[in-house]
Amino acid sequence: MKFLVLISNVPDTTTKIRFVDDNKAFDTTGVQWIINPWDELALTRAVELKEAGGIEKITVANVGESITEATLRKALAVGADDAIRIEAKPKDAFYVATQLAQVAKNYDVVMVGIEASDYNGSAVGGMLAEILGFNSVSAVSGMNIENGQLSLTREIDGGQQKIDVETPVVTIVQKGIAIDPRIPAMRGIMMARKKPLTVVPAVDAEEKTEYISFELPPPKAACKLVDEDNVKELVRLLQEEAKVL
Amino acid sequence: MSLLVYTENWDGKFKKLSFELVSYAKAMADKLNLPVTALSIGNVADDELKQLGNYGASKVLNVADNRFDSLDNKALAEAVAHAAKSENAQIIIFSHNNVGKAIAPRVAVKLNGGLVSGVTALPESFDPFVVKKKVFTQKAFAHVQIDPDIKILTLAQNSFELIETENNAVTETYDPQVADDVFSTTVKETNKVTGKVLLTDAEIVISGGRGMKGPENWGQLEELADILGAGLSCSRPVSDEGWRGHEEHVGQTGKIIAPNLYFTFGISGAIQHLGGVSSSKFIVAINKDPEAPIFEAADYGIVGDLFKVLPQLIEEVKKM
Repeated sequence: MKFLVLISNVPDTTTKIRFVDDNKAFDTTGVQWIINPWDELALTRAVELKEAGGIEKITVANVGESITEATLRKALAVGADDAIRIEAKPKDAFYVATQLAQVAKNYDVVMVGIEASDYNGSAVGGMLAEILGFNSVSAVSGMNIENGQLSLTREIDGGQQKIDVETPVVTIVQKGIAIDPRIPAMRGIMMARKKPLTVVPAVDAEEKTEYISFELPPPKAACKLVDEDNVKELVRLLQEEAKVL
Repeated sequence: MSLLVYTENWDGKFKKLSFELVSYAKAMADKLNLPVTALSIGNVADDELKQLGNYGASKVLNVADNRFDSLDNKALAEAVAHAAKSENAQIIIFSHNNVGKAIAPRVAVKLNGGLVSGVTALPESFDPFVVKKKVFTQKAFAHVQIDPDIKILTLAQNSFELIETENNAVTETYDPQVADDVFSTTVKETNKVTGKVLLTDAEIVISGGRGMKGPENWGQLEELADILGAGLSCSRPVSDEGWRGHEEHVGQTGKIIAPNLYFTFGISGAIQHLGGVSSSKFIVAINKDPEAPIFEAADYGIVGDLFKVLPQLIEEVKKM
């Protein structure tokens, strides 16, 4: 089986979020870029399965400008075999999914994180599957290969299900697929430099949604503190002021 | 033209979430002078279907077809798209939950529509069509314009109030004509936790962090959660240490929740944790460190020893 893991290049999760250009654009000044945390968990599981002998090849792919190659190299260092960068500025989810479709059609299993930590779209995986006519499974928290067959665990409200699904398939994964992301070892980092990273031109695609502007949430009022021996007062505030008890 | 709402049921029952979606659609439909059609897939009794009318659906399409129980994404998307076409739906609304997130993008591609996910309010304008959504894991909001004629939205949970209205819903049996060979998902085993309040449903969530010192101390949190009918969650270090299961981890990479009241004990409030809980209406922090960032996010707090606070709190809420 051939695996494709989609990698979104996102700001480090501790980044202080600011906007520029009259709140029309995200301020990238000084931002550290990382592999989207859920994509990193997807890649970790793919590498584990490859080590167990169930996968022939793992490719990582993204849509981005050359600056995003550092993130792809990190994915190679974690254990992917090769990387594909589609040369385009990612616009909306449909635009990105259309670009990825030209690559993904050659794979049996596509893995993508449940959302990207920047625009929280949760849409590229499903759109990609629909464009290619692949099935898709969301909220996947476990993946195994048994006798050459893909076996998945997905989260449902209040529980889990084990399911079989026919390939080709797009799996949209969340925490549980792996618990801790794999940290690249020095040897992996050295090897990553020599692994192939192919740049593919973008295809024409429509943009269906546009980000008009951004805003930060209003500042929160100061926390009302209650003395530790006066828990009664806290309960009163929650009942009478907040009206939530 | 119409608005179409995908209403999910759980073992034949709708939840607050389904009514929230219909209320939201109705509020939008009134501005556009269009009717709301609700689509229900699965075995739901007629009385239950009629309830959707209490929140503004004028028509309910009932797909009582158990082939969809496997939640096959491709088949569900085909069914929704079929209904959208036959109702000439211009706006299609899903919940921003597991099923909504899975199907809405597929429906958007099928209908050549534009999708915005995690919407938090009614559209700011209809022409152009602009909606507000959360971005950067609740650290900011964006205003997004949808260009195609067909607009598809997933609504963030707990972001719209229920609005009851006069019920004049008609229910119709509906066949979305999905062929057998479209279904390719087989469920082998289902494990459901029973008797526990689901985190994503809970109005109150009690959460423990590293300050709880060890798994042996969770009894008091469980007791408090029981009394309040609350869900129980934890911070990432707690699940990483194995003190509690990963299904209880809330935060940026765990579950994202939006209860009315989020009650934290011994949680310092790392930025990643706050990313998963900052949509809570009220946050209460109990922590011994006055400098802990959780106090910046909290509405109410106690700087002190949680092991002294917890027994008092349990006594107080028992009196309620």
